[in-house]
Amino acid sequence: MRTKTVVAAGFFLLLILTTSSGFQSDELLVDDEEFGLEGGIRSRSRSDPNNVNAATPQSIRKRLVSDPDSKIQFPLEHAFGDSNFSRAGTFTARLKSSSHGSQMQTLTKLRFSRNAFTGPEKEDFEKLLKGDDFYKIRVPSNVLNLSGREYVVSSVKARCLPRDGLEEHFLIHMDGVNILAVNYGSPGACQYPRQLKFPAKWSFNSHTVLKPTEQAPRTPIFSEAVVGENAEGDEVQPPERSFWAKYWMYLIPLGLIVMNAMTQAMNMAEEQTSGQAGAQGQQAIGAQRAQNTVVRRR
Amino acid sequence: MAIRAFLLCIILFSSSYTSFALYEDQVGLMDWHQQYIGKVKKAVFQTQKAGRKRVVVSTEENAIAALDLRHGEIFWRQILGVNDVIDEIDIALGKYVVTLSSGGSVLRAWNLPDGQMVWESFLLGSKPSRSLLLTPTNFGADKDNVILAYGNGCLHAVSSIDGDILWKKELAENGIDVQHLVHPEEGDTIYALGIGEASQFEAYVINVRNGELLKHSSKGFTGGFSGDLSLPTSDKVVVLDSSKSSLVSISFVGGEIKFQEFQISDLQGYSGEAVLLPSKLAGMVAIKIDRSLLFVKLKDEGTLEVVDTVPHVEAVSDSLSFAEGQTAFGLIQQDGAKIQLTIKSSNDWKSHFLKESIEFDQQRGLVHKVFINNYVRTDRTYGFRALIVMEDHSLLLLQQGAVVWNREDALASIIDVTTSELPVQKDGVSVAKVEHNLFEWLKGHLLKLKATLMLATPDDVAAVQRIRLQSAEKSKMTRDHNGFRKLLIVLTRAGKLFALHTGDGRIVWSRLLNAFHKSGTCESPRGIKLHQWQVPHHHALDENPSVLVVGTCGHNSDASGILSFVDAYKGEELNYLAPVHSITQIIPLPFTDSTEQHLHLIIDSEGYGHLYPRTPEAVDIFQKELGNIYWYSVDINNNLLKGHVVKKNCKEEIADDYCFESSDLWSVIFPSDSEKIIATSTRKFSEVVHTQAKVNADQDVLYKYISKNLLFLATVTPKAMGDIGSVTPDDSWLFVYLVDTITGRVLLRMSHHGCQGPVHAVFSENWVVYHYFNLRAHRYEMSVVEIYDQSRADNKDVLKLVLGKHNLSAPVSSYSRPEIMTKSQSYFFTHSVKAVAVTSTAKGITSKQLLIGTIGDQVLALDKRFLDPRRSLNPTQAEKEEGIMPLTDTLPIMPQAFVTHALKVEGLRSIIAIPAKLESTTLIFAHGVDLFFTRLAPSKTYDSLTDDFNYALLLLTIVALVISIFVTWIWSERKDLQEKWR
Repeated sequence: MRTKTVVAAGFFLLLILTTSSGFQSDELLVDDEEFGLEGGIRSRSRSDPNNVNAATPQSIRKRLVSDPDSKIQFPLEHAFGDSNFSRAGTFTARLKSSSHGSQMQTLTKLRFSRNAFTGPEKEDFEKLLKGDDFYKIRVPSNVLNLSGREYVVSSVKARCLPRDGLEEHFLIHMDGVNILAVNYGSPGACQYPRQLKFPAKWSFNSHTVLKPTEQAPRTPIFSEAVVGENAEGDEVQPPERSFWAKYWMYLIPLGLIVMNAMTQAMNMAEEQTSGQAGAQGQQAIGAQRAQNTVVRRR
Repeated sequence: MAIRAFLLCIILFSSSYTSFALYEDQVGLMDWHQQYIGKVKKAVFQTQKAGRKRVVVSTEENAIAALDLRHGEIFWRQILGVNDVIDEIDIALGKYVVTLSSGGSVLRAWNLPDGQMVWESFLLGSKPSRSLLLTPTNFGADKDNVILAYGNGCLHAVSSIDGDILWKKELAENGIDVQHLVHPEEGDTIYALGIGEASQFEAYVINVRNGELLKHSSKGFTGGFSGDLSLPTSDKVVVLDSSKSSLVSISFVGGEIKFQEFQISDLQGYSGEAVLLPSKLAGMVAIKIDRSLLFVKLKDEGTLEVVDTVPHVEAVSDSLSFAEGQTAFGLIQQDGAKIQLTIKSSNDWKSHFLKESIEFDQQRGLVHKVFINNYVRTDRTYGFRALIVMEDHSLLLLQQGAVVWNREDALASIIDVTTSELPVQKDGVSVAKVEHNLFEWLKGHLLKLKATLMLATPDDVAAVQRIRLQSAEKSKMTRDHNGFRKLLIVLTRAGKLFALHTGDGRIVWSRLLNAFHKSGTCESPRGIKLHQWQVPHHHALDENPSVLVVGTCGHNSDASGILSFVDAYKGEELNYLAPVHSITQIIPLPFTDSTEQHLHLIIDSEGYGHLYPRTPEAVDIFQKELGNIYWYSVDINNNLLKGHVVKKNCKEEIADDYCFESSDLWSVIFPSDSEKIIATSTRKFSEVVHTQAKVNADQDVLYKYISKNLLFLATVTPKAMGDIGSVTPDDSWLFVYLVDTITGRVLLRMSHHGCQGPVHAVFSENWVVYHYFNLRAHRYEMSVVEIYDQSRADNKDVLKLVLGKHNLSAPVSSYSRPEIMTKSQSYFFTHSVKAVAVTSTAKGITSKQLLIGTIGDQVLALDKRFLDPRRSLNPTQAEKEEGIMPLTDTLPIMPQAFVTHALKVEGLRSIIAIPAKLESTTLIFAHGVDLFFTRLAPSKTYDSLTDDFNYALLLLTIVALVISIFVTWIWSERKDLQEKWR
């Protein structure tokens, strides 16, 4: 249902774009559909130290600032314990204006390149591991205005990160161009008595996910007719109950009575078998007595 | 056989007493309701006519009430809205109570005998001003019905018969602060007197008939004025000059303004600041300096003369004129627990009508206000009674040197509530007095039996009802097996602490806390919260439990704090610390020391944590857990959510061993142009969850995501911050968040388009329910979000469970990435809501009910099953068996589901659920201006017989059975014997 609407929206976009003066390339549309279908871009990137300095953010921003669908970059900074923040990597994303021509802009195609730890950073991190202290990261709260107001900070106990290498997982909550929160941590579990373990490889394996906002489910609205139908339907077919379910309250006392009667009857039978002779004798006597009375009356 | 069946029937019948709602005769059995009015602001006596003597009061809780002068009971009471503050109150035509409220914009008349509203007028004006009310009594027969009301810069003449606005006159156009409306003894004119911006005295002369401005005069005074005008007579006002060393009397007869200035030498002798009291004393003004009162008489020619200086005066009443033109006023002097009431004659200072000295308990503090009234004694002389309002908001009537009645109206403004267990019943403690003897017990049950068997006369029925209501069992001062009897400790706005018994709601003790006394270092003390401080249950049973009262000295966040420790059994203030560091947050820690004192971490405005109790032992316990103590802060002004961890001790030079530094861990930033925080909610600290697993209809298991560290937070777009309807649905968004407060992870962010606040939310177990307004549907809605843990979903494999390869017993860490699934659904709800709470029981087994405080000040119990996100249109048979209801768009409101049945908890502010020891039962306490308490069993009392259970009937049946067994046995023996003899 939802994918269908998104596809429809994509198609609509395609229509608009083809009919308009057409300065857009086809490539973007493919991106849109891809994004729409997945509900978010999940990109994996091995940290590649050579890739980091490929493009400086200034040059890119300068180049694309007038373009409505532009590539942007924003930095990831990290801190060891209470130290100051320093550059740790770069997020690259595509900024997409909404098709409605409003101010709404969204990010798609988020990619991340992580700088490798330098020598002193490695030492700092080892210190964190030993002291079971916090490794903190931060990103700017507004990706367009990097010198902006505040940073979104997140932190994790350093001992949660090492596996074979260093595993990390970013889940970024966005609202337009604002980053609300970053869920940062290891991709899997972090057992509580945190063991001291040094990574075999000092390279990060990063997973990044952009999380769009969920839409709350609509309140179900029933029109009067539907409600009426439903009510009628309920009346027509009351749930069929078994005989036992209907009449158990009568059956139990009845069963008790029957059982009682049965036991008594059994007892009677026993008595009869044991004292049958006596009973017959009594009966005979009774008969005689009856005869006697009859006789006397005569 | 027949008897067995009969017995079965009887047991079935007697156990079916537990019902879905309350029966009429069960009202008051386990609930109580108390009515209050709040601190009295103004009082008007109505004692002239024969009939019931009463006093009409207006209060700070925006209530108007007529009280019985004999007993202090409420004849009638009307409570206006929270924003409808009553400014003035008076009686018009001898039969209407007239109130001016909402800053002088609403004028209402209430029928004096029964409190029904007669009429209501809305007075519109241009700008806010003070509000004044004048109900002249002697305009002559034809104009007797005019009320003059000044508010919002406009003077209105309103007919007191039907509330029609006769004329309207704008007065405040030049920024003039009109302070008095005066009607001279004769004539058709009134004066409106005020002070202008440039410190000039302004007088308007207005024709009462048509509102025509006859004259407007103004005259500047070189010395300038300070404070308000005082009006001792109807033709002169008195005011302090700006240096506060001299008085100025101003005559304004006919609009001719004349100043006369008088140096008051007596004023120089005092260090404090002179204040002109607003009390209206005939021909006199009172000036307060340093708790002493200077009485200054205003003579006819406009000269002033100091009459007397009276020390230790707490309050002065307005003057009261009674027969033969005599006027009197009352003044109260207080010295500790002793109060002296003096009724003085305004005409002759030397004489006084009355001088009484009364002593009463110290727990009431100082006298704040006094109102006097006269009556004719049996010997035809004049007597006086005084109504006094105390510092603790209580109201007392003094007459003939004694307190006739008192009302504890502090209970109308409860800030926080906590509970305390009662002492355990010991062998040495005799409770025989309150218990019935066996004979009475049997008699009671026999009466009940008669009632059950429909043999009872009406008298018997009344007796049964009386016994039930006065059941001594429920008001005992010891702990009971079911945990129904507790002490409710309530903190009120007056800084007074009360202990109420849950059985009948009586006040066990009350204490005006010393820590909350006004002093130089603490200007405006007020309470914030109550916490359980010491709950002895294991190895400190001899000690009494105690509570911690937290308060602050001012309204800023950096105002210094107050901590007070109070014994919960005796109400004694054990210790207090004031003033201490500022208090922004109080975190009860899950640790106790060897005397069962709970550790608390109090965060100050600079982010330092302070540990209490201040003992080395507490520090030792705390140091062990140092790295594991996290806290979060919500900054509503900056739209920030921040997480902190407690790090280490503060630096030596800053503070002591009990101070800890914290460092910021995470932050969530809401963009200020699109979101604004309006509500937060967390799980209750003490909540118990019985099981994590929830078994579905299809034999599948869902694991609830149960974390104590989840925060529900709601934001709306800034445009939607206003009232409902002030924004279009397209501009209005409501966002809800679930945030883990340890790591700052946002577990859920969900948007509701076209919705707006106010949001009321309640969080319990693994679900949160919130209430908001849907602009598109023009209706209120309630939504539910349930959170399930997916990481435990693998545990369904039985083989794994058997082999022990499950993660059920692994410790949970917030740093693991949560794999959660949320289910959510929205439903329409008819009412707007004042408060939402949820029932809580001792072990968490019993199903939950939502307690919704409706706009009609009632409490509605709504089954959580109605707010199940798994409801579908046509539930399968299996789902129906599980208890899932067919989907509807609206939540049902059943009249029987009102916990408050026929009562109203006026001004409802909060609902509190307290678990009883009996699993099925929860205690509910709702408070506002009124208090209401009841017991609730959301799944019926499945674990006990009800109080109504008729033991006598059971006993009788057993006895009858035994007898019948014997009788039948003897019969059969006899029969056998006869048979054998034959």
